[in-house]
Amino acid sequence: MTLEEQQRHARRRPDPDVELPVIGPSQTFSIVTEQISSVPLRRKMPLLWQITFGIGLVLVFILLISATYLFGKGVGIFGIEIPVAWAFAITNFVWWIGIGHAGTLISAFLLLLNQSWRNSINRFAEAMTIFAVACAGMFPLLHLGRPWLFYWILPYPNTMTVQPQFRSPLVWDVFAVSTYATVSVVFWYLGMIPDLAALRDQSTARLKYAFYGVLCWGWRGGSRHWRLHESASLLLAGLATPLVLSVHTVVSFDFTIAILPGWHSTIFPPYFVAGAIYSGFAMVLVLALPIRAVFGLHNLITERHINNCAKLMLATGLILAYAYVIEPFTAWYGGSQFEIYAFHNRAFGPYAWAFWLVIACNVAIPQLLWIPKLRISPRPLFAISMAILYGMWLERYMIIVTSLHRDYVPSAWFNFTATVWDNAVLFGSIGLFITLFALFVRFLPMISMYEVRTLLPFSRPGGGSEK
Amino acid sequence: MTENALYGIAAEFEDPGLLVAAVDAVHNRGYRKVEAYTPYPMHEVEEILAPGPERRLPRLVLAGGLLGTLTAWGMQYYIAAIDYPLNIGGRPLNSWPAFIVIMFELTILFASLTAFFGMLFLCGLPLPHHPLFNLSRFALSSKNRFFLCVEAADPLFNVDEVSDLLAGFEPVEVREIYED
Repeated sequence: MTLEEQQRHARRRPDPDVELPVIGPSQTFSIVTEQISSVPLRRKMPLLWQITFGIGLVLVFILLISATYLFGKGVGIFGIEIPVAWAFAITNFVWWIGIGHAGTLISAFLLLLNQSWRNSINRFAEAMTIFAVACAGMFPLLHLGRPWLFYWILPYPNTMTVQPQFRSPLVWDVFAVSTYATVSVVFWYLGMIPDLAALRDQSTARLKYAFYGVLCWGWRGGSRHWRLHESASLLLAGLATPLVLSVHTVVSFDFTIAILPGWHSTIFPPYFVAGAIYSGFAMVLVLALPIRAVFGLHNLITERHINNCAKLMLATGLILAYAYVIEPFTAWYGGSQFEIYAFHNRAFGPYAWAFWLVIACNVAIPQLLWIPKLRISPRPLFAISMAILYGMWLERYMIIVTSLHRDYVPSAWFNFTATVWDNAVLFGSIGLFITLFALFVRFLPMISMYEVRTLLPFSRPGGGSEK
Repeated sequence: MTENALYGIAAEFEDPGLLVAAVDAVHNRGYRKVEAYTPYPMHEVEEILAPGPERRLPRLVLAGGLLGTLTAWGMQYYIAAIDYPLNIGGRPLNSWPAFIVIMFELTILFASLTAFFGMLFLCGLPLPHHPLFNLSRFALSSKNRFFLCVEAADPLFNVDEVSDLLAGFEPVEVREIYED
């Protein structure tokens, strides 16, 4: 190597992909097992957890009060009015479902691609998916005029001798979301069985032993069992990957199948899927950054993970930005008067504030992630992720409300404004998410212990023992 | 304890490399009722004890998925064309392209549930108790220790021979396991 080459080598910026380790230095099987299992088994929860859980519970009570009032009075308590029959509830539904997608992507897609860095973040990313889907699933029901008759959408023999209409995307949605919820739970639980067995083995209290013992189905970790477990994990990953793409596609069908300017567009399925994964990674970071600070998990959730999530966020954000450009282009190129009006109205009409905030939060601010230092700085990254989450909520709000509020006849126009109950239900669902996630952290292993063990250098023969 | 039947002989190892060597030796000696218990999946052991790819589960899952496809199509065809036919602009009642979404979803749903319950079934789980749980140190097998058990059901099984063989691989300890 010449002197010039050596100097260039010394000056170059470190490449985080190669040089940031997936796991901290000098870890052993006992250390990672103790560290992860001590949270559900022994540790008194830190103050920040208690505050977070408290806030979550307060918001859940607000949700319960709002839901009770909603069931008593009907959907008139929301700001919706024909033609804006969809607003907050459907926005929240699409937003929550989208957030779930990054969890499945991390657990399934990255498993198939053999990306071992996912091992320490997949568990809580999957938990995030399940709780986000739980929040999402609530909204179509809350939004029904007569929510107690929700089961009419299911095919079952009934005395009314009517059946659901299988050519409607709303029925597809029911099957897509319920399948997604079920498969996510099954995948999450399957991965957790060996760790629940580890918690059983670690627990000293009789009740905890029984609790985790029942949950792990008597897992013993025999090599034939591991072989089947791995086969099942890979099969589920292979099934969940197309599923996750299909779910937001079906959600976007709710809009595209309707012949409404601004909705009736073939770009919607990929556009929605990209946006879903984008917001999901933002939520992964919003959860991972505080968790690793509060529970001191810097050795397991390293800068490598944070950096990779930020990069994936940047990439999906660029796909989304492309969709933002192509949508109005298609409207202009197609030459439909109503289509062109819809996009002009979005950017310069009464909801222009939402449009420009979406551009700022989803396109402009995330470009900061090109700076390598910001991708590994917790505070700025947390702020950028929050901006993206807000931007993605607003994007769905903008798509739904701007397309509806200008009907074909100006006499039918209506401007939507949210009521206090719209906001109460939205923040209530955030509270439900926080509460469920806090309970998950308290009672279940939030990081996959057995998968982290495989990352340790002496986990393979020839690496020596951990002592 | 001794009046109970012998289940097998278990050795505990600290080093995964020694476990693999012990599994290899036991297998070469002709023992087949052998199982290794590890804190994480070890392909090196699986290749000795159960070589080749897992075939039963993928086949079950394929069957489950196909059953899901047929169930979804059958349900939609029966409802849309026989039980509750709606004439929408003279379009065919068996409008299968519109049925694809639910056919896809139920394929995934049935296949996933088959993968989960099929795995449990093939593993013989749930099994709340197992003779190995009588060994108190076996709890470490989900933490940082590696266990190898040669079962008494093996036709070649001989207590002294197995114990001597296992003792050659620096085990932490070798113990006899009894059924309850």
